[in-house]
Amino acid sequence: MEFVRREAPYLAPKADVASMMLQVLVALIPAALAHVWYFGPGFLLNLIIASIFCVGSEALMMRMRGRDPSIALADYSALVTAALLAFALPSLTPWWITATGALFAVIVAKHLYGGIGFNIFNPAMAGYVVILVAFPMEMNLWVAPRMGDIDYVNLTVLQTVVYTLSGTLPDALGFDAISRATPLDAMQSGLRTMRTYAEIRTNPMMGDFGGRGWEWIGNFFAIGGTWLLVKKIIRWQIPAGVLAGLLVPAGLMFIFDASTNASPGFHLFSGATILCAFFIATDPVSAATSPKGRFVYGVGIGFLIYAIRKWGSFADGVAFAVLLMNMATPAIDYITRPPIVGHKRGGRD
Amino acid sequence: MSAPTYDLGKLHGGLRLQAHKQMSTAEPIRQVPVPEQLILPLAQHAGDPAQPVVRIGEHVLKGQLIAECEGSLCAPVHASSSGTIVAIEPWPVSTRHGDSAPCIVINCDGKDTAIGADENCAAYDNLVPEDLLGNILLGGIAGLGGAVFPTAQKLMQATTCDIEYLILNGVECEPYISCDDALMREYGREVIGGAQILMHALHVGVCYIAVESDKPVAIQHLGEVLAEIDDERIAIKMVPTIYPSGGEDQLVQLVTNREVPSGGLPSDVGCLVQNVGTAAAIYNWIIKHQPLISRVTTITGDGVATPMNVEARLGTTVGDIVRFAGGYTENAEQLIIGGPMTGKSVTSDRVPLVKGTNCILVLSQTPSVRPEMPCIRCGDCAAVCPVQLLPQQLFWNTCANDEKKMRSYGLIDCIECGCCDLVCPSHIPLTASFRTAKARIREQADEKARAERARHRFEARNDRLERDQQLREEELARQKETARQAAPDAIAEILKRKQDAADED
Repeated sequence: MEFVRREAPYLAPKADVASMMLQVLVALIPAALAHVWYFGPGFLLNLIIASIFCVGSEALMMRMRGRDPSIALADYSALVTAALLAFALPSLTPWWITATGALFAVIVAKHLYGGIGFNIFNPAMAGYVVILVAFPMEMNLWVAPRMGDIDYVNLTVLQTVVYTLSGTLPDALGFDAISRATPLDAMQSGLRTMRTYAEIRTNPMMGDFGGRGWEWIGNFFAIGGTWLLVKKIIRWQIPAGVLAGLLVPAGLMFIFDASTNASPGFHLFSGATILCAFFIATDPVSAATSPKGRFVYGVGIGFLIYAIRKWGSFADGVAFAVLLMNMATPAIDYITRPPIVGHKRGGRD
Repeated sequence: MSAPTYDLGKLHGGLRLQAHKQMSTAEPIRQVPVPEQLILPLAQHAGDPAQPVVRIGEHVLKGQLIAECEGSLCAPVHASSSGTIVAIEPWPVSTRHGDSAPCIVINCDGKDTAIGADENCAAYDNLVPEDLLGNILLGGIAGLGGAVFPTAQKLMQATTCDIEYLILNGVECEPYISCDDALMREYGREVIGGAQILMHALHVGVCYIAVESDKPVAIQHLGEVLAEIDDERIAIKMVPTIYPSGGEDQLVQLVTNREVPSGGLPSDVGCLVQNVGTAAAIYNWIIKHQPLISRVTTITGDGVATPMNVEARLGTTVGDIVRFAGGYTENAEQLIIGGPMTGKSVTSDRVPLVKGTNCILVLSQTPSVRPEMPCIRCGDCAAVCPVQLLPQQLFWNTCANDEKKMRSYGLIDCIECGCCDLVCPSHIPLTASFRTAKARIREQADEKARAERARHRFEARNDRLERDQQLREEELARQKETARQAAPDAIAEILKRKQDAADED
């Protein structure tokens, strides 16, 4: 009798990339629903457009590289890129801007570097930065969250679709009428015009800690992220590092002078802090890999977010912070190699 | 009885695997009858093959020496039953020395006549340790945990070190394998007796018998035997059920919280580790004068009709043992000698049971080989690595075949446990690539050594030739000189004659 010959180990592997990516997508669902609730159906349109362009360009690039597109499409990583990009965009974004970001993310940041596993930069953040720099006005057009007492303009689904496809608002409305400075914007410009933190906090857009609506979406990101931690899809070091790197300097500065600095709570619940900590910075391909390295990487991102918010010219700095730390990843990995057992302590303890 | 204690040290990483052990431990150990033919490889141990001392056609008795040690690292081979030597030829094997190796083939006569014990070593206490070790060498004993390092040599090496702890390895952490569990349940007296002999031979004062927490029956039985013997130097240590806690260095770390230095041995940190089966084999040889001619092995997996633990004579073919266990199931597909994590996959069941065969695993449905994807650097491999390597980065270095980097990322420290493969979401055959890279490095080193030796030989030859030439020239010059001084007239005469002869022509 002839038996099949294999190489040890013979047990079936316990994990696969596709199920990891799927679980990341599932973990984003609560925040996605919250996003639609507070900022309207535009998010879903952005998600669909980003998905079409990410998946389409992934298939195209695989074909051009002479590989079977189904291999790449089956791992759902293009959809994760699309989802992260969609979360970064204002809910009202013309389709060509979304498409530009998606195409740059997948074609340039991912496939020109060799596809999944080889990209140095987080594709979604690379795509986002390109459109943030190329279309600054559109990318700052955030509508006010849907809260009972805030003066917000509720575009209908049809109006949202029309804007997304054509970039034109209904006749009666101008950009000024529907857009609001985001809480981070308001805080940054307020502090720079010598208003105190307490004064700025009286703005009706401000909630318990961060911006109203925003902070609730943050909570849902945290729930999804916690689930990923429990399922061991992500490890604690990066989220903890990001939060520590942001909150420790924010806390120290707030203690030092509470009138010219935003509180750590505000930093935590504003902008993309929690999204970044659990979903963006944790992209394994572009992050450091050793446990200690991951913490260092996270701290670097957190600190850069703080530095950009505090001293930079952008209201939020998540994308830049992530891309800058992506560059530092090889060095971090090299420096933080764990000691091999048998090398650290030679003889008897 | 000394109560089982928990571990002191901690293991990095590791995996909790589904055990699959119940299926083979339900029944006691069963004896496989004498087969028609026994196939005994000359190299059942790590090191140099033994040399046959029998001729084809010779009749041998059970327990008779048929191949003796040659070389510094070796273990002798004994006939497992009585019969006639019919061949000494290459045969398919499952040992690490390739797919086929020289074996002594015995056609059994079925009488199983044993050779008379010519000496009685029961009173080992009276032997000085050196004689005891020399005696163990003759028993053909090698590590039965799977590594089959010749036991006598391991003990001799240990005598050069200051050994504080003897650790008996009853951990058996790989799924499916349960032969040590069965052995400890039924042969506790032999295991503990073996420990006492080892402690005497090495002047060791403390012995820990390490057993995994999922073997309560074995722990209880050993505890009972221990209570009866009342040897307070021996204690049972329960270690957590995590793969690969039974790796030699990992066990030292768990039991003593000492790290075996890279490239070193447990004896470097004052420990000697022996498999429980090896201890029992030492007892059987020293006390009962039975050399290592049989072992307990697990025959299991869903490809076997009745999984069980059996005691079989070395040299019994795997096919014979499977037949004893009711044969294969309909869809048996894969035959593995050893466990599912580190065992060796073989194509034929003609391979014999050897000293290191702790398990015969037959799997029906091999998991479909999933396509290998690019590494996404998730780091799960590093999280489970028991020696805290970064398998993912090591993999890049093996792909690039960068030996310096491979070494600095700990390729040589890799114990090939297979944990990283199991957690890799991209299904990269990491362990296999490390095994190949290690073999490549070994080959390159051998090649380099060979080239170096050849170069030395060549240079030595050149030097010698040059020296000879020089000596010859000196000798010639000296002779000429002596001749010239001694007999100038004679030379003049010869020259003159030569001149005359030339003139005449």
